[in-house]
Amino acid sequence: MTVLDNKVPDGPIESLWDDHKFSMKLVNPSNKRKFDIIIVGTGLAGASAAATLGELGYRVKVFTFHDSPRRAHSIAAQGGINAAKNYHGDGDSVFRLFYDTVKGGDYRSREANVYRLAQVSNNIIDQCVAQGVPFAREYGGLLDNRSFGGAQVSRTFYARGQTGQQLLLGAYQALARQVKAGTVEVVTNAEMLDVVVVDGRAAGIITRDLVTGEISRHSAHATVLGTGGYSNVFYLSTNAMTCNVTAAWRAHRKGAFFANPAYTQIHPTAIPSSDEFQSKLTLMSESLRNDGRIWVPNDPDETRAAADIPESDRDYYLERRYPSFGNLAPRDISSRAAKIVVDEGKGVGPLKNGVYLDFADAIGRLGRDAVADKYGNLFDMYERITGENPYDVPMRIYPAVHYTMGGLWVDYHLQTTIPGLFAIGEANFSDHGANRLGASALMQGLADGYFVLPHTVGDYLAPQLGQPKVDTSAPEFDAAEEGVRAQIDGFLHTKGTRSVDWFHRELGKIMWDYCGMERSKVGLEKALSEIPALRAEFESDVRVLGAADTLNSSLEKAGRVADFFELGELMCKDALVREESAGGHFRVEHQTDEGEALRDDDNFAHVTAWEWTGTPAEPNEHREALDFTNVKLSTRSYK
Amino acid sequence: MNLTLRVWRQAGPDAPGRFETYQATDISEHSSFLEMLDNVNEGLIEVGEEPIEFMHDCREGICGTCGIMINGQAHGPAQSTATCQLHMRSFSDGDELVLEPWRASGFPIIKDLVVDRAAFDRIIEEGGYITVDTASAPDANLIPIPKETADFAMDAAACIGCGACVAACPNGAAQLFTAAKIAHLNVLPQGQAERYQRTEGMVDVMEEYFGSCTNMGECEAACPKGISIDFIATMNKDYRKAKSQNRRSS
Repeated sequence: MTVLDNKVPDGPIESLWDDHKFSMKLVNPSNKRKFDIIIVGTGLAGASAAATLGELGYRVKVFTFHDSPRRAHSIAAQGGINAAKNYHGDGDSVFRLFYDTVKGGDYRSREANVYRLAQVSNNIIDQCVAQGVPFAREYGGLLDNRSFGGAQVSRTFYARGQTGQQLLLGAYQALARQVKAGTVEVVTNAEMLDVVVVDGRAAGIITRDLVTGEISRHSAHATVLGTGGYSNVFYLSTNAMTCNVTAAWRAHRKGAFFANPAYTQIHPTAIPSSDEFQSKLTLMSESLRNDGRIWVPNDPDETRAAADIPESDRDYYLERRYPSFGNLAPRDISSRAAKIVVDEGKGVGPLKNGVYLDFADAIGRLGRDAVADKYGNLFDMYERITGENPYDVPMRIYPAVHYTMGGLWVDYHLQTTIPGLFAIGEANFSDHGANRLGASALMQGLADGYFVLPHTVGDYLAPQLGQPKVDTSAPEFDAAEEGVRAQIDGFLHTKGTRSVDWFHRELGKIMWDYCGMERSKVGLEKALSEIPALRAEFESDVRVLGAADTLNSSLEKAGRVADFFELGELMCKDALVREESAGGHFRVEHQTDEGEALRDDDNFAHVTAWEWTGTPAEPNEHREALDFTNVKLSTRSYK
Repeated sequence: MNLTLRVWRQAGPDAPGRFETYQATDISEHSSFLEMLDNVNEGLIEVGEEPIEFMHDCREGICGTCGIMINGQAHGPAQSTATCQLHMRSFSDGDELVLEPWRASGFPIIKDLVVDRAAFDRIIEEGGYITVDTASAPDANLIPIPKETADFAMDAAACIGCGACVAACPNGAAQLFTAAKIAHLNVLPQGQAERYQRTEGMVDVMEEYFGSCTNMGECEAACPKGISIDFIATMNKDYRKAKSQNRRSS
């Protein structure tokens, strides 16, 4: 076990980033065009990084497996983006956003990164408004804000229920501008299948064209992964169907450490599944908790319709257990509270698998029009999916896997343990600790892409001036391409009996049962014996039809599910060694008498970063110590 | 419920296509339309037939990836609903459904129900942005924007770029998409500096790939986000101005 160096400079946290920007090496404007940079992924992080690096003058090639950069899953974020603007004079500040984020993350994030994130949050809003992002406004023409879970100030900027869409379109448009300017080349329908490492540095990638099946090699001076999170290891999640861990995982297999894989976020407000054919879960924005009240009937045998149940027979369990935050308690806490009441048999709906999110009070107080103005599109979406009208009957919601705080380990420069390979956005692990606050994912993606990476990449590249990039005929490229081809041939020649989806669903069940909202030693050990057995079956019995030289979504998915198997095992291993409860990681053995998460700061105030050894069952554990000098470690309380 | 599907199958861009008939059996009315297709595909894989390729991703109506002509209607029978948000309760037991890819020369077929919509990106690259370098922006509240203006911009910006407007149009025109993109930026104070170059550039590229608008209105009826054809009027007005203004300044 080694102790990792996070490269956080010394100094007061308030000026750390500014001082560091001054001390980092720069690449002269006319020299920037001598450097090639590969970016994988065109979500908020990847698109904003590509656009900014292109503007600066680097030669950028950006890859997406979608048919257009604008389809990346950032587009589905509904609620909003945080910033410490304090436009409402309600006591917000950079320090408060920093403090809330560290506390919200249950004291398992790196202070220096979070402070920097809070600092640049304000620049993000300025940037997006200048790009034409149509944020909601008040009648006076100034920007409107709302509140999100885990905060007692109004700091969330939003564009109806489509904030992610609007921010991604902003970044995509900035990217399109660079395509026009000739600084960025966008390669669509291209999936990254390996990272090539030469002399210990990232030298480029191998991609497969999803339409023609062509395998190609690309080299660059630096490679950046903005490839998102791995919630789909659970099969059912709120992620888009094609979200996957493949890029990050293949980098892991080439030497990039994977940090805190067990930190997954279960979002409290998704629509409960309706039957076994369910392919994904749909989120209802957390912003609904501003005005909706969450409750279940007191009596598990309750049969009356929601409106007929009198107040005295209802349990507003969040308001009861957490009076000061109430329905806006953070996500991990709200999710577990929902699980507890549903496990007690008080769930609502035909399958008794949800809780009510009720707008009757808000409609009475504000009027139906005002509620429609704020949440209309979310209400419409709910009705389309369930066939029920939430203006008349309460919504039914239940927690669903939504985001993964774990990811590739990166230092203060967002560089992985492979020099020259960077990870940004949800793909890295750095800013959210064990639990992410609402409206902070968009903030982090854009902070990394617009305002952090463009500086730190320069520092890496400057000393390489004059050095050519590695030639793609190097033996390392040969080996990587051979590996990719061998895997594809393997899938097509297995000719087994079960579909890729069947295996994915089975893996998802194991992960949800044993590594979901609650984890236990017994359960995790069971998962660790079941996953390898299922993987062996997958390898010998998967059926992938069709050919490699055409669009073949079963083939694409087979590669992604193969990676989910290995990742799933690592997640369970990580959850097993973390003998404490923190944020989204709840170990039943470690809870207070009241059922709240019980951290163990003496033994676990660290990041666990795993090194691939070639055998999924035997990863090497490394650690990064977490120092808290600006925020005092305390038991998180939202009561 | 049980349904009969007649599905367009085409092995590749240049291969001849044909309709194949499949049965969808024991489908729950709570299933989404795409879950019904998943189900049919599982059955096909079981009997050793290649599954039907179709476009989809977020399955919550926002990424704009999905799109199938269902009985001749882009995204099917439900109003303001993308294919992925269509649920089987919109259909009846015993229905026969014809599934085709988006039909438009601007969207060449890749395979089965999958088409190539890259032309939309070409339109955006021709000015569908506001020129502002990272870190050069003034404070976000410096320019107040009336709520009505912000709401108008948002109405236009809600477009998900799925291409249903083109697929529904008898002329295969992309006016609704292009107009929404132009209107979003042209109405905002930040978008004024490049207003007329943007309009002319985007419209001209649009015309390279797509047919012409004859005000049929099918696009608005098919749009899963309810984008109004009023934006096309806004675009045409700006295009006329752009033509004279840009000629003077060139």
